[in-house]
Formats: sequence, C-alpha cells, structure tokens
Amino acid sequence: MKYAGLLVMPAGFFLTLAALALFPDTGRRLAFVLCGLAVEILGLVVAVRGHMLPRGGSQP
Amino acid sequence: MSDAVFALTLALMLLAPMAIAGVALVNTGLGRSRSAAQAMLGNLALIAVAAIVFAFIGASFTGSLGLKEVALHVAGKPWSVLGLGPFLLRGLGGAAPQAQLAVLFEFLAVAMLVLLPWGSGADRWRLAAGCASAAVSAAIVFPLAAHWIWAGGWLAALGVNFSVGAGFLDAGGAATVHVIGGMSALAIVWIAGPRRGKFPKEGLSTAMPGHNAIYVLFGCLLALVGWVAWNLAGAIIWVHAPLSALPGTAINTLLSASGALAATFSVTRFRFGKPDASLCANGWLAGLVASSACAAFASPVGSLFVGGVAGVFTPLLVEVLELALSIDDPTGAITVHGAAGLWGLIAAGFFAPQAGQLLAQLIGIAALLGFFFPLIYFLFALLNRFVPFRVDPDGERMGMDLHEIGGGAYPEFVIHRDESYR
Repeated sequence: MKYAGLLVMPAGFFLTLAALALFPDTGRRLAFVLCGLAVEILGLVVAVRGHMLPRGGSQP
Repeated sequence: MSDAVFALTLALMLLAPMAIAGVALVNTGLGRSRSAAQAMLGNLALIAVAAIVFAFIGASFTGSLGLKEVALHVAGKPWSVLGLGPFLLRGLGGAAPQAQLAVLFEFLAVAMLVLLPWGSGADRWRLAAGCASAAVSAAIVFPLAAHWIWAGGWLAALGVNFSVGAGFLDAGGAATVHVIGGMSALAIVWIAGPRRGKFPKEGLSTAMPGHNAIYVLFGCLLALVGWVAWNLAGAIIWVHAPLSALPGTAINTLLSASGALAATFSVTRFRFGKPDASLCANGWLAGLVASSACAAFASPVGSLFVGGVAGVFTPLLVEVLELALSIDDPTGAITVHGAAGLWGLIAAGFFAPQAGQLLAQLIGIAALLGFFFPLIYFLFALLNRFVPFRVDPDGERMGMDLHEIGGGAYPEFVIHRDESYR
C-alpha cells in the first residue's frame, strides 16, 4: 500500500504528457490534464492510507 | 539587462537570505527545547552542504549558465529535461549578468529548500541524515526542477512549444522551493515516523507545542523582509518584470501575508476561543508562500484573497494531517509550504494575463505531484538504508542536543527532568 500509491502517481503525470503530445486543442488537453491530476490525487490518497499508523505506533 | 537593473537585483538578492533566517528561527522555535541547538546547527549545516553540493554538481544540471542541454524530441517538439553546464561553476565570471543573477538566485533557493523538511523532522531526524538528504536535494532534485521550470526546460517552454500560456510561471520559487520542500517534508515525516509518544494508543494525539513562540514570530517578521526581496528579484530574473511593476509586487507580498494572518487569526479565534500563536505564524508564512507564485501577476485585492484562502485552510489542514492522518509535522511545512505553494501556483493561473495560463499551471502541478514527489520519496527511502534518518530511542528520550552535539541550547535550565536522564 505504501508504495503502490506512489507508483500510481507517475501514471497521472504521463497522462498529462500524453495530453500535450497528442492533442493540439485546449479543451481536450485540459480534460486529460485534469484526469492526470485526478490519478495523482488517487495515488496520493492510497499512499497516505498506507502510511497511516495504527494507534500507539509511535510508542517505542 | 541594464547596469541599474543588475545592481538593484543584486541588492535585493542580498536581502533575500532574511527569509532563510526567518525559516531557520521558525524551525528552531517550533521544536522542543532539548533539541534547539541541534535544530539551529542543523539549519546551518544543511545550508552549507546544499551550497557546496550545488556548486560542485547541481548548478551544472540546472543549465542556467548555458552550454548544452539534454532534450528529447517527441511529437516534433524538443523537451529539454536536463541542463549540461560546466561543473564547479567554471565560466561564471564571464557569463551574462542575467545568468549570474540566476545562479545566485538558485543558490539561495536550494538553501531555503533544504531547510523546509528539516523543521518537519525535528526532535528525531539525525543531523548526518539531514545533511545527506540536503546533498541529494541539491545534486538531483532541485537542479531538475530548476531546469524544468526556470532555466528553459520543457515546463518553461510550454508557451513556445505548445502554445500553453506563457509556460509554467513560478517567479518566486513557489514550486521549485516551497512545493518541493513541502513534499520533501512529507517524505521525511513518513520515512522517519512520528515523535515518540505523539500518537498514543488511546485518545487524541499528544500536543507537543514549540518551545519558543518569540523565535517563531520574530522569524515570521524576518521572513517578510526576505520574501519581499525574493519576490522582487524573482520577478525581475524569471518573468522580466519592468521596474514599474516592482512596487505592486512588494505590496502584493505584504497583502498576501496580511490576509493570511487575519484569516488564520479569525479561524483559530473561532475554533479555540483564542488566537493560536504558532498557527498564526504558519498562516503568515503560508500567505508569503502563496505570494511567491502570484505576487508578480495578481492585483492587490487578488493578493489579499489568495492570502486569505491560504490563511483559512492552513490551520484546518494542519489539524487534519495531525489528527486524522497521523502525520507528525512540528513546523507544519507540508501545509505551509506544500499546500500553500500549490494554491499559489493555481492562483497565478487565474491572475496571469496570458490566455491558457491556468492549463500551464496545472501541467506544472501535475509534474510536481506525479514526477517529483515519487522521485523524492524513493531517493530518501534509498538514502535511509545507508544513513538511517531516525535517532535511536535513547537519543530521542535524551534530546537531540545532548545526544548529537553533547550540549544543550539552554544549559542553565533543567528541562523535562523526567525524560532527560534515564
């Protein structure tokens, strides 16, 4: 879980790059970029959940 | 660039380190008293390591001194991904004045960048590990970001190559310094873990307030001076702002911080019955961070709004991170620098005059989150295998001052007697 989210995040970045390379018009670029950002946020949420401690996890 | 503009920009750059001094004081004041000397020494050591590594390696990869670059050709367009300038700053003296100022700005930026995660790792992050992470940031992460965003990389060239606004705009380092620094802080906090006893088995998380509110609030005042200079110099160097635009940029910086402070003051007064000093300091800094992205473009009312929004979400997000997500961030750098930086970058998309600028800003943010955050996390996780980040339990119990540097910041006071000695 910890690493899965972080590995998903670059997929959103590549969607953004694909939008630039594939589409000349602003509308479709914007849609793809927003989708890319959504994927990145999804990955971040998974990473956050993976790093959440069980209560008492900070005790030695 | 005329001689007068060069001299003005250089003078501004000499004031900009005030912002770094301010952040160093905030880092120290928001930590615990038994780690204060280690925190302040760490501020200096990290800046020193970052400056040396950047001079030896990093500056050549930013590409600000020109020469060559590594560019991929995709869809018929060049995508410049890495600069290849001379190592050891050779040729700096003979470079154009604009390039020399750019390199000076980058030195200050990398010094600020490495301080941001240092505060988040307070009270458990070892000095040696902090220095190692500063070296990694100065050699790899910052040069990549600075090249992409400032020195003619593919994000800077979005306007030229893809007709997307004027390219990704980041005049004051909101992305290259603050968002990258905030993401580094999150990576450090995750890898090092929370302070001992921060999240007990039952009940809410333990409050561990900063030990010196005066350091923190005076640091905020110092930061204002540095930030104004920083934003003005950045506007001249990176977006070629005319001299007539500079007073407005300075006023916008002040208004953004003021709006943020007023908002945080009100939110904490409403939530807790009294305003919270450390959260107000966080709000003030968040307003300054947001201004880094958009002070050169926004109107005064717009700057007030940008700062106000940053000031509202800062105390709320700090609380959510700690209480709901178990993220122990003593200085709030993840919120103050990471989230406020992102907000400022989005706001710049609304306020910049070029059509399509919001799309350019979103593409830049996608690169920050989707490329730089995983890169930072995995580099730091790898580094943690060789130079363990976290101090051992005895050291944490004793305090970082005694454990790491053999003497406390306040030797005449007995502090935390029950925990200082075993």
